Amino acid sequence: MSLLAVSHLTREFGGVKAVDDVSFQIEAGTIHAVIGPNGAGKTTLFNLITGVYTPSSGTMRFAGTEANHQPPERLARLGMSRTFQNLQICMNMSAIANVMVGAHLRLNHGLFAGMFHLPTLRRADRACREEAAELMRFVGVGAYIDAHASEMPYGALKRLEIARSLAAKPKLLLLDEPAAGLNDSETHEVDALIQKLPPAGVTVVLVEHDMKLVMNISDRILVLNYGRRLAEGTPREIRENPDVIAAYLGTGG
Amino acid sequence: MALPRSFGLGALLVVLAVLPAILPNDFYLDVAIRMAINAVVVIGLNLLIGYTGQISLGHAGFLGIGAYASAILTANYGWPSAAAMLAGAIGSGGLALLVARPILRLKGHYLAMATLGLGIIISIVLVNEVALTGGPDGMSVPNFSLFGFEIASEQAWYWVVAVLLLGTTWLALNLIDSPAGRALQAIHGSEIAARVAGIDTTAAKVRIFVLSAVLTSIMGSVTAHYLAFVTPTLSDFFHSIALVTMVVIGGMASIYGSLLGAVLLTALPQVLAGLEGGETVVFGLILIVTMIFLPRGLVPSLALRRLALRRRRA
Repeated sequence: MSLLAVSHLTREFGGVKAVDDVSFQIEAGTIHAVIGPNGAGKTTLFNLITGVYTPSSGTMRFAGTEANHQPPERLARLGMSRTFQNLQICMNMSAIANVMVGAHLRLNHGLFAGMFHLPTLRRADRACREEAAELMRFVGVGAYIDAHASEMPYGALKRLEIARSLAAKPKLLLLDEPAAGLNDSETHEVDALIQKLPPAGVTVVLVEHDMKLVMNISDRILVLNYGRRLAEGTPREIRENPDVIAAYLGTGG
Repeated sequence: MALPRSFGLGALLVVLAVLPAILPNDFYLDVAIRMAINAVVVIGLNLLIGYTGQISLGHAGFLGIGAYASAILTANYGWPSAAAMLAGAIGSGGLALLVARPILRLKGHYLAMATLGLGIIISIVLVNEVALTGGPDGMSVPNFSLFGFEIASEQAWYWVVAVLLLGTTWLALNLIDSPAGRALQAIHGSEIAARVAGIDTTAAKVRIFVLSAVLTSIMGSVTAHYLAFVTPTLSDFFHSIALVTMVVIGGMASIYGSLLGAVLLTALPQVLAGLEGGETVVFGLILIVTMIFLPRGLVPSLALRRLALRRRRA
């Protein structure tokens, strides 16, 4: 059974259908890309899947359960995590504390446990800190383990956000434009990083404009246009699909 | 970057232990007690405002509930003082819980307005329920007694509030360095990121609001017994503002900043009392100058400068 199954998902904003009757499935252990011209509804689709927006209609199954109209914090419990197109890093915290926030659900987060620093909590927290440092090295921001988030450059923050998501040990990770604003070498690094995820048990869905990155790493690609599903298939199928070519390059009239 | 926890707590312990020996008379001891009481309240308020990013302009209301619960239940109904204090804390916590959900859904100015309204309502009730509270004239409060021991002297009160302050500082430092505390800071930093990480942001905000209300209420009870007299000014709008000012001047999201803010702003009126009316102007000027030159508050701004200096040398 697929990890995520979306059927007939629709979201209207005052009569405009930003996402219109979109259905697709995502198999565990794959990298799935969502592409489409600007305004095609990619980010809206992300926000619907992750519970940031509620759909106008349509259903969603995630990790074997009905996951309709669930807020992000409930979906997190089911094993979903995401990053954001416009960074959502907590600039009031240290870099490593940001990553440790990702592990929230795996730690005892009671107020009293926290106030009295119970020995079991202290041990778990220390292990969590080591794990977070390890994750920061894994995504390539090991140089910032002792830094404050506000001291880090943009490219590093993008990867810090990925580290925070991974700290939750998610089954499904949605990356909203992980390479946006990065230079070529940074894009290559992110590219390599994403490819390391499915073997580690993390299924990836990404929205991305960088076609080279998408074509290189995706197992399957979903193409949206004007909120509707235009095509879906392997990178090769998508590259040769006449509808996709028309949508991207125009039909030449 | 921050001082090790044991060092900070140890320094606080030493200062609190040595202080009564070097203070020349009871007047200074009285000021020290007021500072410590304010510091405990401000630490609780800083957890809410500085760490979680939720403004409350009505916290003096909870101070009033605690103080009057202790005053009324012990003086009029003969309750044991600890039971009255507990009743006040439960009342404050209950009220905070009741209003927290609708209030904490609001953001920024609206949250400030709602908490402001709550504080004003409590204050008005205390002023107008003359039969119960004595109205604007206030009412006297019996000594605090527990297991037959009475806390009456300045010395005794000093040690009580010193222990409360040390304990609160320890608990707060622990909290901010725990998963629950990181969740609060994450809510301040990015609420949507916190939710995606699985943090139930509404529940977390409600909990910290209730916790700070309960802590404030307990210190209200302490204030009532210590002063042996309460008036509604304890709960009024200006006192709420004074508490928030202590948080901001000392430093948002800084426990030691809370201590410093409470100490400075409790001492200032005493120092400026000689100016006969000019003190409000000087008080205001100090606030303005601090905010212009040290906008993050004293402790965080100075910590940043020290860090920058060290980086430059390195």
